[in-house]
Amino acid sequence: MAGLVDSFGASLDDLDVTWTRTAPGGLEDALADAVVEPVVGAPLPFEGLSLPDWIPVHPTASELEAARTGVTGAGGGIAEYGTLIVQSRPGGDEPVSLYPERHVAVLRASDLVSGVPEALAFLGEEFAAGRDSAVFATGMSATADMGETVRGVHGPREVHVVIVEDGDGNEPGGGEP
Amino acid sequence: MSRSTRRKAAEIRHLLETEGDAMYENTRVLNEGRYEAIESFDRFEDLREEARETKEAAIADLDGLVERVTESVERNGGHVHLAEDAADARAYVEEVCGAADAETVVKSKSMTTEEIELNEGLESVGIDVYETDLGEFVIQLADEAPSHIVAPGFHKSREEIAQLLNEVYEPEEPLETAEELTRFARDVLGEHIRDADVGVTGANFVLAESGTVVLVTNEGNARKTAVTPDTHVAVAGVEKLLPSIEELSPFVEIIARSATGQSIAQYVTMLSPPTDSPTLGFDGPDDTVEGGSEDREFHLVLLDNGRTAMREDDELRETLYCIRCGACSNSCANFQHVGGHAFGGETYSGGIGTGWEAGVEGLDSAAEFNDLCTGCSRCVNACPVKIDIPWINTVVRERVKGGADPDTFDHLVDGLVPDEEEPGFDLRNRFFGNFETVARAGSALAPASNWLSGAGPVRAAMDRWLGIDRRRDLPRFRRETLRKWFENRESAVRSGAGPTPAREAVLYPDVYTNHVQVERGKAAVRTLEALGVEVRLPDAGESGRAPLSQGMVSTARRAAEETHDALAEHVEAGRDVVVIEPSDLAMFRREYERLLPGDAYERLAANSYEVMEYVYGLLENGADVGGLAPGGGEKLAYHSHCQQRTLGLEAHTEAVFDRLGYDVLTSDAECCGMAGSFGYKSEYYELSREVGDSLLAEMDTRGRRVVASGTSCLDQLESLLDRPTDHPVQVVDPRRTGR
Repeated sequence: MAGLVDSFGASLDDLDVTWTRTAPGGLEDALADAVVEPVVGAPLPFEGLSLPDWIPVHPTASELEAARTGVTGAGGGIAEYGTLIVQSRPGGDEPVSLYPERHVAVLRASDLVSGVPEALAFLGEEFAAGRDSAVFATGMSATADMGETVRGVHGPREVHVVIVEDGDGNEPGGGEP
Repeated sequence: MSRSTRRKAAEIRHLLETEGDAMYENTRVLNEGRYEAIESFDRFEDLREEARETKEAAIADLDGLVERVTESVERNGGHVHLAEDAADARAYVEEVCGAADAETVVKSKSMTTEEIELNEGLESVGIDVYETDLGEFVIQLADEAPSHIVAPGFHKSREEIAQLLNEVYEPEEPLETAEELTRFARDVLGEHIRDADVGVTGANFVLAESGTVVLVTNEGNARKTAVTPDTHVAVAGVEKLLPSIEELSPFVEIIARSATGQSIAQYVTMLSPPTDSPTLGFDGPDDTVEGGSEDREFHLVLLDNGRTAMREDDELRETLYCIRCGACSNSCANFQHVGGHAFGGETYSGGIGTGWEAGVEGLDSAAEFNDLCTGCSRCVNACPVKIDIPWINTVVRERVKGGADPDTFDHLVDGLVPDEEEPGFDLRNRFFGNFETVARAGSALAPASNWLSGAGPVRAAMDRWLGIDRRRDLPRFRRETLRKWFENRESAVRSGAGPTPAREAVLYPDVYTNHVQVERGKAAVRTLEALGVEVRLPDAGESGRAPLSQGMVSTARRAAEETHDALAEHVEAGRDVVVIEPSDLAMFRREYERLLPGDAYERLAANSYEVMEYVYGLLENGADVGGLAPGGGEKLAYHSHCQQRTLGLEAHTEAVFDRLGYDVLTSDAECCGMAGSFGYKSEYYELSREVGDSLLAEMDTRGRRVVASGTSCLDQLESLLDRPTDHPVQVVDPRRTGR
């Protein structure tokens, strides 16, 4: 597991995506550090983990538009590419991860997989269970259509990942950088 | 030149001047990115294979997949419309928009909606359509057509885009940097997306089992377009269907590498609409982000428009495997210079564009640009689903050129040329396709034939009737052919002057080596003998390369059969076949697969070698290097040959040079621009020079002996540099040892 976190982290570094790792108890602090206000969120889909009260969920469209940060869960991550698997949920994960300039994703270390085939196998099960829409999001939205590469087009220009480790002895703390 | 030739020449000249620089700059960045991305990814070949097999199986089972996706989308609560043609698809989308009372529609980039001319259709019924991909947005503002299937605005520089946006929007502060332009476009388009009633996307893949639309994007506009308006319409060609998410895997990892050199796209969106995402009501400030699939509407428009017929067409079927990555465009030297506005038809551009246009629009549209494919084959290794794009271009050329009405000159040509083509086949193509006949006469009548062909009136007539540009030097035929020289000499091996023969080989006397570049043939004989090979010249004629390059497939097939018959006895006797001209070796190793029975092809392919590859092998196996001309640090500038590189044989020449102590600089241009007959053709002469110039701009030949493997490359470089060029085997020729 630690191996996957390390390689996922290295991939995130390559993408200029910042990240922190924490035990479940440290999630609120990690989010407080990662979030730039105003913030909106989508309820986390993980048992025993939820967003702190100060992150409003089910925002109005105008709150969504005004938000600087959107916080969502990520159902998985692909270590090889630093990819987040963001599933479409009634709580608005898709728009909350897409509209604000900064996306903060909460990811359980145990949900990391090594590569694309494993991620698609995971999604295959999810699809069969009726959760059949998701995005592989890798880094920030980008374009080269205006003459050179620019980050932050229609989607976020900053991405931060909070990796939650299961509390099986792994020390919480900051990752790179 | 004829009026149509003159018009085409003017069109190309205009594009070279106006769009050429931006196209070249932009496509080269993607092409280099692709090389790097694939170089550093060792599973690429396996995934290519898997992707190819997946596509083959999906197209074979297309009817079943259409049935399955209809069931799944309807089960999800969406609708499927199988559109027979463009008008049908357009009418359906218009109907959906009408039912939604749509005033505005936002779109993400989709070539399929270009194909059905959806924007024009929607606008004609009073609906405003906004393209949200930044490249498409620019093109829409400029009222132009995409110049590249992946990057529609590649023909525009940043400065031109800034000027356009400043003129249209008149911002308080003029826009200048890419950052400013992007921010501005994002804001403008963000508003359109929020206001839109319907979002239209394409699809890179459609998963039948789950009713999933897969969109591969970087900007995020497709995600917004798909989920922001309550109604989502996805328009996809039927060929985009895959069975299920299980089959998606190889494509996720190869599409971005092939397209842009990214290891994975920013967003691979897999939506099975209507999705659970809450609908977004931006109409009032207090609208909550809530509700879900019950408030959403989804329509999947599956477009046939000729695809079913393509599936039945043994030659065009492969086109349906295309995942529209644009690698064939980026790896194409001609495309790099003129872009899709010349190298494209009604909708699709680049090498594979020929297959698409022939299939969905018709031969007329494919005929517009098919000649720009020179068959250099640089796209063959680039294509992530292993489509033989040059072959598709050859077949379409045959259909295009063979379809004309018989010309008044046909009876004349018929008497002179031994080809298999029906009357009506394009005259110039027949001239180049029968080059062996021309060369035989040229040598027999040399030097008079060379004086004659250099004469003004003759060149004027050739230009006028054959479209052969007057500015291009014609080959100078040699009175003493390689064959004649060979017959009149004594073998160094048999005479005992050289080492005891360890191997026997036949040196294939291609038409150019035999009649024009005879010296490289002599050098090859001496080189092989110095390495202990007993050399024979087989009684083989033209390989079929010349007619094939003109789309004369039946003539090429006959030539292939005859060449094979002439070589087979030698292969049978254990002799290796050594080939000087890379384009002929490529016939033996690649195209003969389509022209000969399987075992005949395989045997010849397995026993044929490019001459420097063969020299490399001999040296590796212990032949004495001492007989060859030592390099002593001599500086060489080497341009390999496009088809040779596709076969992976560039490195052998470099290795031999290294071993002999030469100092080699190798070009990395995809092609020299000459490409057989291409550079002779009046309408393409200037483009051919331009491609050659950019090769030289990137390889500093000053103070270096210029060396190239192909006949065309040698001619082109010689003419551009105005100094002699050599084939690699002439460099290592033992005759040079004493110098």
